[in-house]
Amino acid sequence: MSFWRNVTEKSWERPGEADELHSGVILEQPTRRMALRVFLCVVASVFFLLFVAYRIRMEYPDWRPLPLPSVLWLNTVLLVLASAVMQWTRSQVEKANPGPLRAGMVVSGLLTVGFVVGQWVAWSQLGAEGYALRSNPANAFFYLLTAVHGAHVLGGLWVWLRATLRAFRKDGAATVQGSVQLCATYWHFLLLVWLVMLYFLLTT
Amino acid sequence: MAYADLDDVDAMHHPHSFITKYIWSQDHKVIAIQYSLTAIAVGLVAMVLSWIMRLQIGFPGMFEFISPEIYYQSVTMHGMIMVIYLLTALFLGGFGNYLIPLQLGARDMVFPFMNMLSYWFYLASVLILLASYFVPGGPTGAGWTLYPPQAILPGTPGVDWGILLMLISLAVFIVAFTMGGLNYVTTVLQARTRGMTLMRMPLSVWGIFVATILGLLAFPALFVSAIMMSFDKLLGTSFFMPYIVSMGQALDYGGGSPVLFQHLFWFFGHPEVYIVALPAFGLVSEVLSTHARRCIFGYRLMVWAIVIIGFISFIVWAHHMYVSGMNPYFGFFFATTTLIIAVPTAIKVYNWVLTLWRGNIHLTVPMLFAIGFIFTFVHGGLTGLFLGNVVVDLPLSDTYFVVGHFHMVMGVSPILVVFGAIYHWFPKITGRMFNETLGKWHFWLTLLGTYSIYLPMHYLGILGVPRRYYAYGTTDFIPESAMTMNTGITISALIVAVVQLIFLYNMIWSVFRGPKADPNPWKATSLEWLTPDTPPKHGNWGPELPVVYRWAYDYSVPGAAEDYIPQNQPPDATHKTVDDHAEAVEQAPQDDGAPQA
Repeated sequence: MSFWRNVTEKSWERPGEADELHSGVILEQPTRRMALRVFLCVVASVFFLLFVAYRIRMEYPDWRPLPLPSVLWLNTVLLVLASAVMQWTRSQVEKANPGPLRAGMVVSGLLTVGFVVGQWVAWSQLGAEGYALRSNPANAFFYLLTAVHGAHVLGGLWVWLRATLRAFRKDGAATVQGSVQLCATYWHFLLLVWLVMLYFLLTT
Repeated sequence: MAYADLDDVDAMHHPHSFITKYIWSQDHKVIAIQYSLTAIAVGLVAMVLSWIMRLQIGFPGMFEFISPEIYYQSVTMHGMIMVIYLLTALFLGGFGNYLIPLQLGARDMVFPFMNMLSYWFYLASVLILLASYFVPGGPTGAGWTLYPPQAILPGTPGVDWGILLMLISLAVFIVAFTMGGLNYVTTVLQARTRGMTLMRMPLSVWGIFVATILGLLAFPALFVSAIMMSFDKLLGTSFFMPYIVSMGQALDYGGGSPVLFQHLFWFFGHPEVYIVALPAFGLVSEVLSTHARRCIFGYRLMVWAIVIIGFISFIVWAHHMYVSGMNPYFGFFFATTTLIIAVPTAIKVYNWVLTLWRGNIHLTVPMLFAIGFIFTFVHGGLTGLFLGNVVVDLPLSDTYFVVGHFHMVMGVSPILVVFGAIYHWFPKITGRMFNETLGKWHFWLTLLGTYSIYLPMHYLGILGVPRRYYAYGTTDFIPESAMTMNTGITISALIVAVVQLIFLYNMIWSVFRGPKADPNPWKATSLEWLTPDTPPKHGNWGPELPVVYRWAYDYSVPGAAEDYIPQNQPPDATHKTVDDHAEAVEQAPQDDGAPQA
């Protein structure tokens, strides 16, 4: 049944009928993937509000944008690669080819760790050049946005670590297929957030 | 298929020891009770705080221990606890947890472990909040809206520790809510039993479901503002802090926007009103329909109204900020959306009244509370129409009119539903019956008592008596009679508080000594009343899940043997075929809701 038919059903009219149409699910997807998507909506709401606050604050006259360290571009490439490798691993696992599972998970995870380290380098560079957190609202927003995104990445890495450790167990490959799919979705999302954030950081 | 995941009762891990059964429990029913008891306990704390306010206003200066600091701390903590730690937690963590799996025919929430974590995070948030009474300076006195710059500047009570603990507690609460909310949404979408289409769900589930979605999207605004304010307080950033001279000294802050905080806060704050109201709407629909022995009037419209109200609630927030100053077009937009939201809300009220129309009304205790809710909600809602208009709001905004309005609409009304719902589901939750007489005393004293608190406040507000003041001193425009009225309000408030002891006594006594309850004492149709055990055991349904054949409101169906048909009853049992049923409905006289002879 389509969603529209679902919510326009005249449920009082014909008792006994709908049970043949309804199998217990409304959206044909696994429960955990559903929950992840709902969670990503919550995270999207957090970032949306931060971006809105950023845009509003930018209009004030005391805004002095800070120069973005070039390491951010390297970080972007790392995150794109991590997301791509994760997607490739997922497609292989879905094709019932568990061979590259372990390697794929490890590589994409390490690329992501590289991203986090790179972000840290960017912070230290800015700190060394005197762009302190409190000296200008643009600086404060830069640190705030990257910190919240960093926390989001670290949360993903924690799940990744658990899934990867499980993949290395004997016949663990079969049990982590769902986790790989979820990780891939999560990684695409955090890449998307990062690209939008980069856009906002560049357009000050 | 999702329902099959939980169909295997042997696969469920049944806890055995006391600790896994009642403390670290993953059973949604135990978690619901944990949530409810914690929320009610902290709500009682907030009620005591309201006495401190009322004693100061009703008898100014008579109680020396009530300093201005204590007064403002009580105002702040009372508001925050009641809105978030009592009502949000009780409706979603309490009723949501209890009713969603039972009314949908599921064995449990889809992520029981996360559900358990949700409660423990909630408890931690409550303890962090209450801990602020034990730190130097005490809890924050910034008002429940926590507006900067005053919230984090000297002169406001609790500026050192209190405000930080408040922000941390809120952040922890939001984490708890998110874990619970993911469960509620996913369970509703994925774990309904066979036959339970979306439009066969009871309205209580619809209300809780949509309220949870609102919470998941709105709480991030509070989360973001809590983080940014913590940065301002701890790290000296200026997200919300303007250039400011405090106590003769220019501070390091500069250029931040306090109004930005207000926008973020109310982007959360207004949906929060409906996070509390929508579950109340749903629960009250259940109670009204069951005790009027009449199908809910306009079921589809009731569902759509819930969804539409949820949607519009995200675009009305700035009506809390008319006095902050805004572009007139902006104010016009928000006044318009605010008044539009009255349309689906009014539809709901009409439908409740039409459900009662020619119903076979049983004036049981839950029903009394439900009908009482219609009155208080209409009163609170109508004054909302006044305040939604910019020009009417400006003079009234800082007066007791607003206090009267929001206490009627989101204090008294949801609390009446809470009481009604507790009385309604008490026999299922505990397996015992409460004392009907005490329940009726509780209802009448609470209803009349709360009216005598909040109706006079509207009058005080129109006189111009400002809210939030610790003392009025000698003020020309406040007559002596207003002060007398304040004393009367305080006395009513104390009486209403004492009356709640009747409720507590009745509940505690009945849990242990009440007569054994019938599994379905109200002859209701929804699934939670059809469990094999009362109270339901872990796993809810015995070996097989129920199958649903009809909507949840088949009361007084023409031609049926009894005046209710449970949701799991196949059509054959009442009419030979589906067509017979349709025919019988068509042939029935117009007033099919009237009691059958």
